[in-house]
Amino acid sequence: MLAALFKFRGGVKPASHKDESTRAPIARAPLPARLVVPLRQSAGGTPLPLVAAGQKVLKGERIGAPEGNFSAAIHAPTSGTVLAVESRTLPHPSGLSAPCVVIAPDGEERWIERTPVNYAAESPDALRDLLRDSGIVGLGGATFPSHLKLKPGAAGRIGTLIVNGAECEPWITCDDLLMRERAEGIVRGIAILRHIASADRVLIGIEDNKPQAIAAMRAATAQATGVEVVPVPTRYPAGGEKQLIRVLTGIEIPYGRIGPEFGVQCFNVGTAWSAHRAVELGEPLVSRIVTLTGNVERPGNFEVPIGTPIDDLLALVAPRADTDRFIMGGPMMGFTLPRTDLPVTKATNCILAASPALFPPTGPEMPCIRCGACTRACPAELQPHELYWFSRAKNFGKAQEYNIFDCIECGCCAYVCPSNIRLVDYYRFAKTSMRALEREKTASDAARQRFEFRNFRTEREQKEKAERLAAKTAAARQAIAGGEKPAAAPTPAATEQTPALPQLDETKKALIAAAIERARAQKEGVQPKNTDNLAPEKLAEIREIEARRAKVREIAKTPPEEPV
Amino acid sequence: MNGTSPHLHLPISVRLIMLKVLAALVPGIAVYVWFFGAAILVQIALASAAALAGEAAMLKLRGKPVGLFLSDGSALVTAWLIALTFPPIAPWWLTVTATLFAIVVAKHLYGGLGQNPFNPAMVAFCVSIIAFPALMSQWPAVGFTDFAAQMRVVFQSQSAQDAVTMATPLDALRTQLHVPEARATVAGVLGSHASFGNIGGKGWEWIALAYLLGGLWLLQQRVITWHVPVAFLATLALIAGGFSLANPDRYAGPVFHVVTGGAMLGAFFILTDPVSGATTPRGKLIFAAGVALLAWIIRSFGAYPDGMAFGVLLMNLCVPLIDMGTQPPVFGHKDEQKGGTP
Repeated sequence: MLAALFKFRGGVKPASHKDESTRAPIARAPLPARLVVPLRQSAGGTPLPLVAAGQKVLKGERIGAPEGNFSAAIHAPTSGTVLAVESRTLPHPSGLSAPCVVIAPDGEERWIERTPVNYAAESPDALRDLLRDSGIVGLGGATFPSHLKLKPGAAGRIGTLIVNGAECEPWITCDDLLMRERAEGIVRGIAILRHIASADRVLIGIEDNKPQAIAAMRAATAQATGVEVVPVPTRYPAGGEKQLIRVLTGIEIPYGRIGPEFGVQCFNVGTAWSAHRAVELGEPLVSRIVTLTGNVERPGNFEVPIGTPIDDLLALVAPRADTDRFIMGGPMMGFTLPRTDLPVTKATNCILAASPALFPPTGPEMPCIRCGACTRACPAELQPHELYWFSRAKNFGKAQEYNIFDCIECGCCAYVCPSNIRLVDYYRFAKTSMRALEREKTASDAARQRFEFRNFRTEREQKEKAERLAAKTAAARQAIAGGEKPAAAPTPAATEQTPALPQLDETKKALIAAAIERARAQKEGVQPKNTDNLAPEKLAEIREIEARRAKVREIAKTPPEEPV
Repeated sequence: MNGTSPHLHLPISVRLIMLKVLAALVPGIAVYVWFFGAAILVQIALASAAALAGEAAMLKLRGKPVGLFLSDGSALVTAWLIALTFPPIAPWWLTVTATLFAIVVAKHLYGGLGQNPFNPAMVAFCVSIIAFPALMSQWPAVGFTDFAAQMRVVFQSQSAQDAVTMATPLDALRTQLHVPEARATVAGVLGSHASFGNIGGKGWEWIALAYLLGGLWLLQQRVITWHVPVAFLATLALIAGGFSLANPDRYAGPVFHVVTGGAMLGAFFILTDPVSGATTPRGKLIFAAGVALLAWIIRSFGAYPDGMAFGVLLMNLCVPLIDMGTQPPVFGHKDEQKGGTP
């Protein structure tokens, strides 16, 4: 036993409601008529489809290739025929759509060729690649690719591996039953993860309201050295990654930092079990345990092929008539499903049928009276009421200064708020607004840079133009002086810009005068004169007139004797 | 129905909190009636009626849901605290006017529930003691418990006479110690004064203990935290104790200060007002210690019989600054250097 556990501040103790779904062992969900397998099921990029409509696939066949290293592969959950690769709605709070592979199962469950690997003989790098190609992601809900979490680097070595079996959300029991029934496999998976990370010790944290899971895991780890099963006090959110790390090691990981920087890394028990299947049995991640509970007749846990429509699962547990909505995840952090014809993904740990009786609507929102209940409940040790005022006032700078991004959106504050303020909604609003502002700022920075470059370019072009003009002028001056034709193009070598510039006015005048002269000469040369072909007496008259005009011109040219 | 998490909520409300505060005042009120007659109940009724009327009118004017806010209980808490801090034989119109001022001006003109920077009950007290110092110093003499006679004073068919009124121990001590020729000592004044009981004012000491009981229940119910009452009472006792040790003839002792005047009511029911008080743990300690210091100074050297109300209002002013300066470190940021924010 560990000498002492550390405590995390805050937290709440809602009724656990775990018994409902733990009475029966994990059952296998039947194969549905159609599987809709989203290609994007982990943090990172969207894997590229490897199959096309009409293609036959085997169970475990790769159908989505990880894009780069920053996502995990996607596999066919059963054997069958690909019907389509198309965009479908995902189980997501805002009803996002993304590419999915639709498969019609043939019911034969024919596996690809499975090659077990002896992990002890493999290098960590090879094993990480294997995890990526087997589609192993965090099954606690965040679905972060596991191979990335095991990556060593500048961050440092993972000395302590934390295994998360806390399962602190009310109602959810998929990890509990997995530990009760498949502790052996979990422990083998932990050994693989430990091997890859070359961790010195493993701490398995389980909330003390799961005595059977604790006993099973203790039995499975009895022979292992450096592995300890640690019951942790039942208090939501003890299973939050940061809270569990804090409870087991005393280390606090702030926002924006990762475990390896502090020598720890955390994996869910389900992830460990999947790693064991992937490495030691050669079976990629094609199913997961889902808790179906809440306002249903036969709550329980099911092993569900990824891509199974939630409707098909609900038929297994028979939701009661007064069910008004379904929540994916638990009641503290889960979201209301926009529809139920959506597929189960690697993130689907629980489908919770809600009714007004089970989750009564909260009363009308009252003003905050600064009672501090939220502050006492906040596991991130924030001042939720201050963040509320700042978010409400769109004072995002202040919200950030008060560490709003350290909020893990666990819901404790809103759970205890006597004024029924939906605090987490305010924080989500502030965070998304800030992220949008950040994007806008990045975009406007880019626009400003483009604008500044454009100005710079225009200036440069103008300057070059002026230089060219000056050079041309200098050449023209030389031409005028030398009696040459001014049309000769100046060569850069001949340019003498500096002395030419101050004399621009003068040279301009000369140029203009020369141009006028040219134009006159041209005009005279081209236009027929009305004085051609005239009678002699007319010519004499014209000559007389011309003489008078010439005289007048002479007079006009002479400056007046006295200034006017 | 809201689809966002959390989908669970504790069965708790502003109304429940306010009702608990009112319930915690009941033992004190009961002892009050025991020692000083039923006039206080009439004052509570007057203040409650005025508070509810003022609240309803202001909610209507401000276009807020009247029923929802009227039933939150916050106006009643203000009303009861006003009644309990005013003399029980104060004229009815003073109680009503002061309560209306608290609700209309100190609460709603600042934005209503949750928005008032000053404790409304203490605003009412300060306004009244400045405007009507004589009426606010007219406390019933010990033994003046005849309800009919009390009512004649409250409704002013009979003016209060020396026979029925008496200075409180705090007042007596202050006025007599302020006269240098009298060469009065604390022990001398209190020993000769009819209103002095075992450790504080006669009757008042028991009321204070009943408030303490109610306050401890609020602590147990987690309506309030320990910070404010402990910091307030400890600071008051420490200052009073220090000065009393140095000069016992001139300064009253810690026990006297703690059980006299508005100290105990203030410690658990007035300073703990979350809206106008500090919210951080360290902030609460500073806030409460500040009130204690100011109250003791005003009691010992000021012109008013008690300094609680002024102390509270002055510290209310400092709350934004206190809160800003006492933000506790956040999870994962405890090693970061404090001070300058980027």
